[in-house]
Amino acid sequence: MNCEEAEVLLHALLDGELDAGHAREVEAHVAGCAHCAALMKDYREMSAALADANLHYKAPLELRKRIEKSLPQPVATPSRRSLLRGFAMGSAVSAMAATGLIAVVLRNDDTQRIQSEVVSAHLRSLQAGHLTDVISTDQHTVKPWFNGKLDVSPPVIDLTSQGFTLIGGRLDYVDTRAIGAVVYKRRQHVINLFVAQTASTERQAAKISTLQGFNIRRWSDHGMNYWAVSDLGADELSEFGDKFETAMKANKEG
Amino acid sequence: MVAKASDDDPEKARRFREAALPYLDDAYTLARFLLRDAADAEDAVQECYLRAYKHFDSYRGPAMKPWLFAILRNVCRAEYARRKTAPVTAVDDKPETVEQTPMWNEAPETPESHLMRRFDGDTVRKLIAALAEPFRETFVLREIQNLSYREIADVAAVPVGTVMSRLARARAMLRSAWLAEQEHVK
Repeated sequence: MNCEEAEVLLHALLDGELDAGHAREVEAHVAGCAHCAALMKDYREMSAALADANLHYKAPLELRKRIEKSLPQPVATPSRRSLLRGFAMGSAVSAMAATGLIAVVLRNDDTQRIQSEVVSAHLRSLQAGHLTDVISTDQHTVKPWFNGKLDVSPPVIDLTSQGFTLIGGRLDYVDTRAIGAVVYKRRQHVINLFVAQTASTERQAAKISTLQGFNIRRWSDHGMNYWAVSDLGADELSEFGDKFETAMKANKEG
Repeated sequence: MVAKASDDDPEKARRFREAALPYLDDAYTLARFLLRDAADAEDAVQECYLRAYKHFDSYRGPAMKPWLFAILRNVCRAEYARRKTAPVTAVDDKPETVEQTPMWNEAPETPESHLMRRFDGDTVRKLIAALAEPFRETFVLREIQNLSYREIADVAAVPVGTVMSRLARARAMLRSAWLAEQEHVK
């Protein structure tokens, strides 16, 4: 591979879009080429800097209202009490409630409240500089750390080889109890995997939803409820969940 | 501007709200980067949602975000065409031209890597805004909206190979601008 090819393909490598064969070829070229290695490092830093600078805009409330008004109105108007409950959930959520998500809130109150709590927990973990209580890329360090801190310690699975780097674990507080959060990263995106024990041992297939701009993949298996929360796209978060579930299954069978 | 969506079906409207409105901030962000004007971006997003609602019956997936973006992009392009100040197509993006343009002409030829400084949001936005279409579009869809190459190809209606070469050029240009900005503020 020459530099000209590598300079295009190294972007696909950084973005995780290359198949294994091409990835190896590009990596081999970069390893032996100071020029391409320097570029790759610059691009990596630039991506990190881009992820750090918050480049998202917030749609003006006026625009939201205008779009709302242009759509046919729902038949049933939510009661005053339920509206207030929506507003009590915090300004970001109530802004969404005002745009129609309130239907979801009303139909599925509990699920929605907990989802909103895990998103808040995710946000807290990013803002407070308190992402991890135990920092380790080794599952055999993270897993024992949870022992004794929770009734049931969450499964900790290393998915680094599959593109999701384990970076540690944390105790968090959701639905008025302590739960475990296992923290992963893909590129600059943090994934918090919240794990809580549940009375039901029934398996529940994964559901993806979006709240406050974050994707949430929720599923249940073997008496555990899982919520994976991230700003990753729904497809990549699904990929994460699929890989996690596959690895869990392999662990149980093996 | 169309004031009202014509189809008065509350159930359809409810499904549409749930599916499309969570992406309002994303859509507005994309429009801001594509049109580089707040008022135009608002109009484009509103038009996009009206069109999306109209075509919502025929929506079969795959994902809502790229589907909305494809509509939004067409609205923005129509806006471009309307503007007298439309870009004078300074950039030739035909595949053969892209292939003939070696990437390293755009970045200073330096074997050692740089420390890429952290800039605030406004500075980074300014640097991105200076990128020419269609590189800016590809770049924003990837780096800010987190779309996969396949999704970007669908939104921009180009082959995946074009997405790759545009993205490579976009990043090369941004890197140069980034380094120049670092020099400038030193």
